[in-house]
Amino acid sequence: MNALADLVAAPTRLVAPPRPSLFSRTGWAVLAAATAVNCVLVPLAALALPADSPFALSAYWLTLGGRIMCYALAAVALDLVWGYCGVLSLGHGLYFALGGYAMGMYLMRQIGRDGVYGSDLPDFMVFLDWKSLPWFWQGSDSFLWALAMIVLVPGVVAFVFGWFAFRSRVKGVYLSIITQAFTYAAMLLFFRNDTGFGGNNGFTDFKRILGFPIAAIETRVVLFVLTGIALAAGLVACRAIVRSKLGRVVSAIRDAETRVRFTGYDPLPYKLFVWTVSAVLCGIAGALYVPQVGIINPSEMAPAQSIEMVIWVAMGGRGTLAGPVAGAAIVSGAKSYFTAAFPEFWLFFLGALFVAVTLFLPRGVAGLFARRER
Amino acid sequence: MLPMKTLMLAAALLVAAALPGHALALSADLVLKLGAGDGDERSEAVRALSATQDPAARTLIEALLAGTVQASASAQKVFVVADGKATDAATGEPVAAVPSDAEDVVVNNRLRRELQTGLAAFALAAPDAGERSRAIAALEQDPQAADEAVVAAAIARETDPGLRARLGLVQAAAALSGADRARRLEAIGRLAESRSPATRLLLLPLVEKNPDGTFREGDAELRAAAKAAIEAIDGRGRAGAIAGSVFSGVSLGSVLLLAALGLAITYGLMGVINMAHGELLMIGAYATWLVQGWFRTHLPGAVDWYLAAAIPVAFASAALVGVAIERTVIRFLYGRPLETLLATFGLSLVLIQLVRTVFGAQNVEVANPSWMSGGIAIASNVTLPWNRLYIIAFSALVVAGVWAILNLTRLGLFVRAVTQNRAMASCVGVPTRRVDTLAFGLGSGVAGLGGCALSQVGNVGPDLGQAFIIDSFMAVVLGGVGQLAGTVVGSLGLGVVSKFLEPISGAVLAKIIVLAMIVLFIQRRPQGLFALKGRSADA
Repeated sequence: MNALADLVAAPTRLVAPPRPSLFSRTGWAVLAAATAVNCVLVPLAALALPADSPFALSAYWLTLGGRIMCYALAAVALDLVWGYCGVLSLGHGLYFALGGYAMGMYLMRQIGRDGVYGSDLPDFMVFLDWKSLPWFWQGSDSFLWALAMIVLVPGVVAFVFGWFAFRSRVKGVYLSIITQAFTYAAMLLFFRNDTGFGGNNGFTDFKRILGFPIAAIETRVVLFVLTGIALAAGLVACRAIVRSKLGRVVSAIRDAETRVRFTGYDPLPYKLFVWTVSAVLCGIAGALYVPQVGIINPSEMAPAQSIEMVIWVAMGGRGTLAGPVAGAAIVSGAKSYFTAAFPEFWLFFLGALFVAVTLFLPRGVAGLFARRER
Repeated sequence: MLPMKTLMLAAALLVAAALPGHALALSADLVLKLGAGDGDERSEAVRALSATQDPAARTLIEALLAGTVQASASAQKVFVVADGKATDAATGEPVAAVPSDAEDVVVNNRLRRELQTGLAAFALAAPDAGERSRAIAALEQDPQAADEAVVAAAIARETDPGLRARLGLVQAAAALSGADRARRLEAIGRLAESRSPATRLLLLPLVEKNPDGTFREGDAELRAAAKAAIEAIDGRGRAGAIAGSVFSGVSLGSVLLLAALGLAITYGLMGVINMAHGELLMIGAYATWLVQGWFRTHLPGAVDWYLAAAIPVAFASAALVGVAIERTVIRFLYGRPLETLLATFGLSLVLIQLVRTVFGAQNVEVANPSWMSGGIAIASNVTLPWNRLYIIAFSALVVAGVWAILNLTRLGLFVRAVTQNRAMASCVGVPTRRVDTLAFGLGSGVAGLGGCALSQVGNVGPDLGQAFIIDSFMAVVLGGVGQLAGTVVGSLGLGVVSKFLEPISGAVLAKIIVLAMIVLFIQRRPQGLFALKGRSADA
């Protein structure tokens, strides 16, 4: 009783709890090792080793690895909003594709006069009989401009959409469905030739990036390394966000939004912040994806594509950030294998994965390890 | 030869003028001219022949069109040669042998047109109103080809007021290209009454400009009259188009409604979104296809009535799949709506692939029963197809049925209780788990009915459900959860609005605009059009 009285009488001093380190010691070690492998071993294996060496990395494996790392970055971004803010987006493929299109526009301009028609305009515009670049293509020949667009376009779209959606307190499955409809509508829009992004063929046949030939193994290595760095940086940035004070409010919103509001916080700016950051990260992932796979078209915005992203996160374990990296690697690795080996069984497998993960692995692969540690 | 021909032409004209319409046998001169004359003579002859309204003349015209007429210069006769037997075209008498110098009469394009107009003139006098109507329709497409005298005679003869009005328009259209200014003016006034888009095309040249900026029609008064007439026609066309848009909107809305109704039941009840709902539609459609196939092999006489059997089969198969989904997956994810969404999405992938593996990735063919094909025309540019009319009626019936189940039965009472307050319903003894299963089965069954209806208007393939799922979610979101009326208004509203936007903005932009409108609408009313009243802050 005395202790209680003391507590009541004592002047209230609110002290923020000590801020934990971003990662555990093992976490940092794994991250450092992965970065070292990415920045040193991969270039060595791809460039220095003779092609017949068992450790040599071929262009195929470089592309596959780079692609999976792009997916992983998108999964991390999605985990930031779903795992920590409770907003299940079924439309993150849109931001991925927007980043990809922003990069694709630059790559199309880099083709220069090497296209089929030998025109200054991208081939599809010549095909549509357009005489000059539309206004939204202005500046796309500058790499800096492209970098700005990669961040700004997904960011602004996400901000505007999020502002409308979160302000009206749309949440839960409602919000998920609206994000899905949003990316679906964007897909339809980009499928039109008149929209000015190449219609259903999208952008392809890239020749070079910053003047370097895009198919050269050296360029691929650089892109691979950059993707790895972006993934690591994205992971650290997201971890920094969720470990910050802001991140705690965000988690609180996930657990009990109404209570957070009653406590005096307006959830809108918090949700909007993580939502926009997540979209920008997704856009960056898309921008790194396009030069490596060499094509971007509206099917990236298909609702099924976005839901596949969600299964990466669910598979890896949401709310763990590192888990989705593993999830993306497992699922898209399995997809590469299945679609080549048993194409007709891939959808069975993916569908079963959705059901099995939600029923039996609610915490994903990361949950398995957490349990074992305990 | 030439003066001779001219003489004969004059004679023919005299004959034609002197004996309009009561020549019993064909004039030999006319027939000869038709066979051996030059272009103008032949045209005159065709007109004169068709003015006689003699069945023999019709036979000759038809034979000319068929290319079975030969003419002999030496015998000065024309023969119809069919099946190796020759007849004298003028008398109709059989002829033993065609003279050796007889040659086929070549029908050039100009003559062919004249002959067809001549045939149309015969058709205009046919006793059967349907044949007359068809002849008039042919003239409406090309009124300039119509012979004024023939049309005038047909108007005088015509007893059906509708057909007479149409003939009047044809006459006006023909007069429009004449030289008489007063008649042209009058013709424009009459054309303004027309409903046919073809007459609009006739009037257009009157108001068009030449490339150098001058008007093609020099007379300003005629131009003004033509402009007013075009506006009048457009105004009526707009009314028809609006009626058409409303109808196709309601039709789309009723299909959406069938898809959204089941969704509203399952979502309203359990708060879970069943992403496999679209695949339940697909199952209903495939069930319909299977029933159709069964009828074709076992009851070919009753194929027209396969739908009567398909409706319960579609309901039952979709309901069974739905109950299985609820029992095996959704039940274990209760209270975790986002996970349910993912799991059911996985199920939808499995169902799509399953159907693809079993029935093939190609669309299957579901035919409309004969009583569903065709439609009723409410205006010249608007036809209401029967299959869509039936679907509107069908979805109205389904809504009524669902309403009755929810409001008049014990199950419905339970469903409403669980929707409003699950915990309280459970406390007073409602078996909520069983209600969940039954309601899910009901919602799935309604989706099966929707699939059955869809099979009558669209393609049936493994991806059928995917096309509808987003739109039907939008309808549910727009209407508000747990409210039948909301779903009805939401679906029909979505359908009508998109069909009105489509002609203005194109189908894709219309979809985007509708979506943006929904997002903005939710700003104003987050709970949808019809909200359940409740006290829960997180409702």
